[in-house]
Amino acid sequence: MGLLSNAGALLGKEVRTEFRSRELLSTTIVFVLIVVVLFSFTFDPSTNESHRFGPGLLWLAFLFAASLMLQPCFLREQVNDTLSALRLAVSDPFAIFLAKIGANTLFLLLTELLMLPVFAALFNVSFRGQLPGILLTFFLGSLGISVAGTALAAISAQARMRELLLPLLLLPLLAPILVASTEVTVSLMGPEPFMQWKGIGFLVVFDVVFLTALWLFGEYLLEE
Amino acid sequence: MAKRVLLGAAAVLLVIAAAYASFFVAPQERTMGVLQRIFYFHVSCAWAGLSAFSIGFLANLLYVWKRKEKYDWLGVSCVEVGVAFTTVVLISGPIWAKPAWGIYWTWDARLTSTFILWLLYISYLLLRTLIEEPDRRALLSALFGIFAFIDVPIVFGAIRWWRTQHPAPVIMGGPNSGLAAGMVPTFFFAVFAMHVFMWFLIAERYSLEKMRSDVELLRQEAEAT
Repeated sequence: MGLLSNAGALLGKEVRTEFRSRELLSTTIVFVLIVVVLFSFTFDPSTNESHRFGPGLLWLAFLFAASLMLQPCFLREQVNDTLSALRLAVSDPFAIFLAKIGANTLFLLLTELLMLPVFAALFNVSFRGQLPGILLTFFLGSLGISVAGTALAAISAQARMRELLLPLLLLPLLAPILVASTEVTVSLMGPEPFMQWKGIGFLVVFDVVFLTALWLFGEYLLEE
Repeated sequence: MAKRVLLGAAAVLLVIAAAYASFFVAPQERTMGVLQRIFYFHVSCAWAGLSAFSIGFLANLLYVWKRKEKYDWLGVSCVEVGVAFTTVVLISGPIWAKPAWGIYWTWDARLTSTFILWLLYISYLLLRTLIEEPDRRALLSALFGIFAFIDVPIVFGAIRWWRTQHPAPVIMGGPNSGLAAGMVPTFFFAVFAMHVFMWFLIAERYSLEKMRSDVELLRQEAEAT
């Protein structure tokens, strides 16, 4: 079996596990909702200010949510002692990462898409006509968060205080994603929306660099 | 032992000589006056810190490749010394910035990415304290060190593109930048002195880490018998 078919089978397993309970998705969505509502108390959410600060706060909420949501992806395997079985089942351990990255990107993207209309309504921000651009930004941003986050979740799962450790390792590493996706989203949701292609290019660079790093070093993260 | 004392003495003497040169040999800067002299200390510490992180990155790669514990010792030594130098940079910078720019801090590319760099390596040091088993700690922290190091230029790029309001770099910053000719020898002497001092600290920290690992080994042997 090739890398992609391995990864595909594992992705199916990740998605099935999640959709049986939907624990991860429901808690993450509620978490983002709480953060978004709490953020509205920190400044006056009138139109002008929400255009400037809203997208940044939204991305910050996604980042925090991701640093919690990515936690179980290796922990679950550890608790059930299934990681060795997974490693034996695939020819290339990168397939495990690809599957987990795919699943995490999907879960993040679903959360973001559900939160987008809520955010737009609460903060009176419009994204009419900009949906393709926003989807692209959300996808590339979530992919970057998932790639770096899955790698670091594999590290933090093997340490003490792992719940606290993952955000600590992950959030500074994701600073470029926060800057780039916020800038693109601000320009898409502004009064005169436009597409910032350099920001999209930047997100692609981040994703490619970290995917390559994970492809090169991923197998060592899963060593027993 | 003699070598260590010699290196230590040389490092201290060089740093004192560099301090002397930056106060009494280098010419007075026209607009900032005596204030600019902190530059020799601030920038040489920044370069020494970056060198330490770069050597640490190589040590991390070598550890993942060769799995020799000496690379782990070198890696953690470099990161600790790099964090120490970067801390000095983050403190001496605002001391210089307040009178020169009127503010302690500005969120531009170099300042912000230095701050993120510092945070990332603090996390690296924290990560090491949270993994007990030496081999696992060495491997996982080496991998995190590699991810952190490749992240830094991306952080720099992001902030430079979207968030910068800073003057162009003085050194290697383009045709009209550059130090006055009289400042060059003092500057590079200070950089050299700080690098010798950095190397001395790394060597000391390395032998401490080696000793720790020896003690741990002896303790395990004693417990086994």
